[in-house]
Amino acid sequence: MFPTNAVDIGDILDRHGRDGTRLMQILRETQEVLGWLAPETITAIAKGVGWPRAKVEGTAGFYSFFHTQPMGRYRILWSDNITDRMIGNRDLMQALCRKLWLEPGRLSEDGLVSVDTTSCTGMCDQGPALLANYRAITRMTPERVAQMAELIQKQVPVAEWPAEWFRVDDNIRRADILLNNAMRPGEALKAALAREAEADQESAANARSWREGVNAATQGPSAVLEEVKKSNLRGRGGAGFTTGIKWEACRHAPSDERYVVCNADEGEPGTFKDRVLLTRQADLVFEGMTVAAYAIGAKKGYLYLRGEYRYLLDPLNDVLARRRDLDLLGTGILGRPGFNFDIEVHLGAGAYVCGEESALIESLEGKRGVPRNRPPYPVTSGFLGKPTVVNNVETFAAAALIAAEGGDWYRGIGTAKSAGTKLLSVSGDVARPGIYEYPFGVTVAEVLADAGAAETQAVQVSGPSGVCVADNEFGRRIAFEDIPTAGAFMVFDRNRDMFEVARNFAQFFAHESCGFCTPCRVGTTLLRNLMDKIGNGHGTQYDINEIYQVSRVLQMAAHCGLGHTAPHPLLDTLEKFRPAYERRLKSLDFEPAFDLDGALAQARQMTGRDDLAAHLENAE
Amino acid sequence: MTGTFTLDGREIAFEPGQTVMQAALAAGVFVPHLCYHPEFRPHGSCKLCTMKINGRPATSCTMPAVAGMEVESDTAEINDKRRMLVQMLLVEGNHFCPSCEMSGNCKLQALGYTLGVMTPHFTHFFPDRPVDASHPEMLLDFNRCILCELCIRASAEVDKKNVFALSGRGMKKHLVVNAESGRLADTDFAATDKAAEVCPVGVILKKRRGFAVPIGKRTYDIKPINEQAERFKPVAPTVREKA
Amino acid sequence: MNAPAKKLRVATTSLAGCFGCHMSFLDIDERILKLVELVEFDRSPITDIKHCGPCDLGLVEGGVCNAENVHVLREFRANCKILVAVGACAVNGGLPAQRNHLDLRDILEEVYETEGGLARGSKIPNDPELPLPLDKVHPIHEVVKIDYFLPGCPPPADAIWKFLTDLIAGRTPVMGHGLLHYD
Repeated sequence: MFPTNAVDIGDILDRHGRDGTRLMQILRETQEVLGWLAPETITAIAKGVGWPRAKVEGTAGFYSFFHTQPMGRYRILWSDNITDRMIGNRDLMQALCRKLWLEPGRLSEDGLVSVDTTSCTGMCDQGPALLANYRAITRMTPERVAQMAELIQKQVPVAEWPAEWFRVDDNIRRADILLNNAMRPGEALKAALAREAEADQESAANARSWREGVNAATQGPSAVLEEVKKSNLRGRGGAGFTTGIKWEACRHAPSDERYVVCNADEGEPGTFKDRVLLTRQADLVFEGMTVAAYAIGAKKGYLYLRGEYRYLLDPLNDVLARRRDLDLLGTGILGRPGFNFDIEVHLGAGAYVCGEESALIESLEGKRGVPRNRPPYPVTSGFLGKPTVVNNVETFAAAALIAAEGGDWYRGIGTAKSAGTKLLSVSGDVARPGIYEYPFGVTVAEVLADAGAAETQAVQVSGPSGVCVADNEFGRRIAFEDIPTAGAFMVFDRNRDMFEVARNFAQFFAHESCGFCTPCRVGTTLLRNLMDKIGNGHGTQYDINEIYQVSRVLQMAAHCGLGHTAPHPLLDTLEKFRPAYERRLKSLDFEPAFDLDGALAQARQMTGRDDLAAHLENAE
Repeated sequence: MTGTFTLDGREIAFEPGQTVMQAALAAGVFVPHLCYHPEFRPHGSCKLCTMKINGRPATSCTMPAVAGMEVESDTAEINDKRRMLVQMLLVEGNHFCPSCEMSGNCKLQALGYTLGVMTPHFTHFFPDRPVDASHPEMLLDFNRCILCELCIRASAEVDKKNVFALSGRGMKKHLVVNAESGRLADTDFAATDKAAEVCPVGVILKKRRGFAVPIGKRTYDIKPINEQAERFKPVAPTVREKA
Repeated sequence: MNAPAKKLRVATTSLAGCFGCHMSFLDIDERILKLVELVEFDRSPITDIKHCGPCDLGLVEGGVCNAENVHVLREFRANCKILVAVGACAVNGGLPAQRNHLDLRDILEEVYETEGGLARGSKIPNDPELPLPLDKVHPIHEVVKIDYFLPGCPPPADAIWKFLTDLIAGRTPVMGHGLLHYD
């Protein structure tokens, strides 16, 4: 099925100008043709882009969706977020493995198929979900599992599988200014351009000259920036940095080139609102990016789309093509001389850490997605060392609205410190999972009521790196001044085991740590192992103390937010749901992390012994 | 910016462009470190040099010095975390000092001594990391790799060879060499390379040279590492600027 | 006049070790005379007592490589108020743990069945008298709780002396430069 010659690689390399910074796309497209990245393929690509081979191997080895080992013609990856687990993804995966006669994580003996888990694929409102050769499939059932096994055994290409399986619903349950937006493409941009006092005083060129020498208040880009600042828009990716300040810092950073980057690497488990925005409001998002480009003077923009959303690549490229036709991208946008800007979609390849802005930039440059040392920050030294604005999908969409309607209008929505609306991705134990857009300030209880939650014991707001809210806190508000969030809202009713929730998150962080710094690389694995030890019935009070100890090292010494926040779900649940841990403890004393009797199993088998002395637990 | 900051109550002068750690080392104050090397740009991955700057944790090897900073380093709280970082590295790899050629000259070991690491404490991972003995003059024992990337930087920046790189992610992160076969012998690595001399632990070894210095005379037998700050003083950034 | 202080009762053992740490212990030379004024020995290669009774202090050399090691270590933990890991093997598995990256199956087959020089038809022994090997060798702190650690291969006699005298005097043992080493 897969050609093994290198001819295709040449075409792919040429299409990307043999440019190493485009390595991610080159690797992905090559893998889509050849099935995996064999050693000789890596060598050929390295030669093609003129990079050291080891560096290309380093990039290929970093991302979960690149394979330097054969993974079969069918690669099935089950989304393994806690919300998938709650609706039985593990049983379904086991069933699929049984039907295909293979073990999870292992390539079948005939080299046809492998089945494994992957981090949340962003389909929490329509799970159990999976990726089949990196195409998203939702709503798995035992029937579909049986059918899928058959299709694989009959070697039917994934593209010919039932179309219904690939249906992704938007599930918009509550819409407000963003999701109700009905602006025509270009409206916000036209409004932005109209904001200048006297058009002929300047052109929106990218040289510094147009910003110097002209009274700032009379300039179009400055006027747009003023509106964004006035709106008090804050970043929707979770950190909540003020967007106007970020744009202004980038605009003022001395350089001949600037970049606008949209962070659509929506990797936080339980978050799927960017997926819906990019499905329903892609124009608004691109328009926001173009407004940003106008404000800061950028010629080039990138939308970093997570690999799990591969299916959105073609539709997004279609939107971009249409916008070029409408004169909303390209040279002299809307007839404005010097307003040159275009956008390209960059597809990620399965690495949560790339949601961190400097890691995302590294990845955009074709490298391993490792967060940079800061300072300098991206606004002064970002993509290719140039000043770069990185904002979340939702932030750009909001910026487009602000460009059209003005900062004062926007600021009037929400709370004093949190202007505007927030999209929540609601999943878990609710009757109506999906996307809910609220003005900031909505209480947890209101969201739960709207979503039809009953008997709720906890809500994990903003994903594993966020905060676990217990029922005595449901009066708290979604807002930067109370509970800030990137959008995830996972609901757990009284039947759920909060220890298993935390354990799932510990496994997630251990899997996603980039491995750059010691505390996170080793610490997240230690935490996962401690949670597994407790979960497997070997835990003691000693292990709970160890969780605290390791957590403190991570919080103090980790390189980036991933490491700093990795202990949160454990510490939160230890504080609020401690009995969920304690009832699993074997004793208050010390217990080994492994099964001593199990450690003798191999020797028993090899010697054929089963006498009393051949066992450990009952011998005394 | 030139000026001074206080480190554990002591006034430290710094030169423009210096980091907190460089200024401290220049003033003769030892700072625990593994991924730092005076001839290379700061890296910031091992986190042994973590300090508290104005009350907030920071990586001192990458943090630019600013006048008036109040910096804590040699405190019980910080050393406790550093001890745990050493312990994490000890259980992550396979560190068997009695059979290691670098014993006595190994920074990881020397830091263990100064920080009072009596035990690896955590449960060992005991990873399987095959040795690469393919090269006629050099040996790579990955069991001891702490992923400081010094060899990667030396090979790229000084030797201009890019013999080493990292692949994998998280706990699966590992050193690779620049050859399709994955063998050091198939790279252009030479025993005279800068990369052959920068490993702070016992990964990159010259064959037939082990255990040349008797116990008692090795680098950290003579004096503990924290009394050897002068060896790590920042040097004129020739290498750094070339890079 | 002070009543004579009660002697500390001490047990020692070597698990997956080479008795080198015990040898180093004996290297305290004439100081052993001073030591026996302060301690008396329970189970130890020195006394040949086979099972450990209630003790103040247990010194364990070597890691845990088989079922018998586990039993002995548990006996020590159950009987000793303070349990000390003495030497590299007890502390991190040491030399024996260097088999950990190999599959136990392969090791047993290689040693008892396929290694050259074995008698024809050699088999992996299955005598119930022989302790079964664990799939991996573990440092002792991974099997029971350990109170103190004294690394070294072996720890020098001076370190053992300092450690014991500190402990007997009620001080937390602190090993300075030269006394703390891992090799």
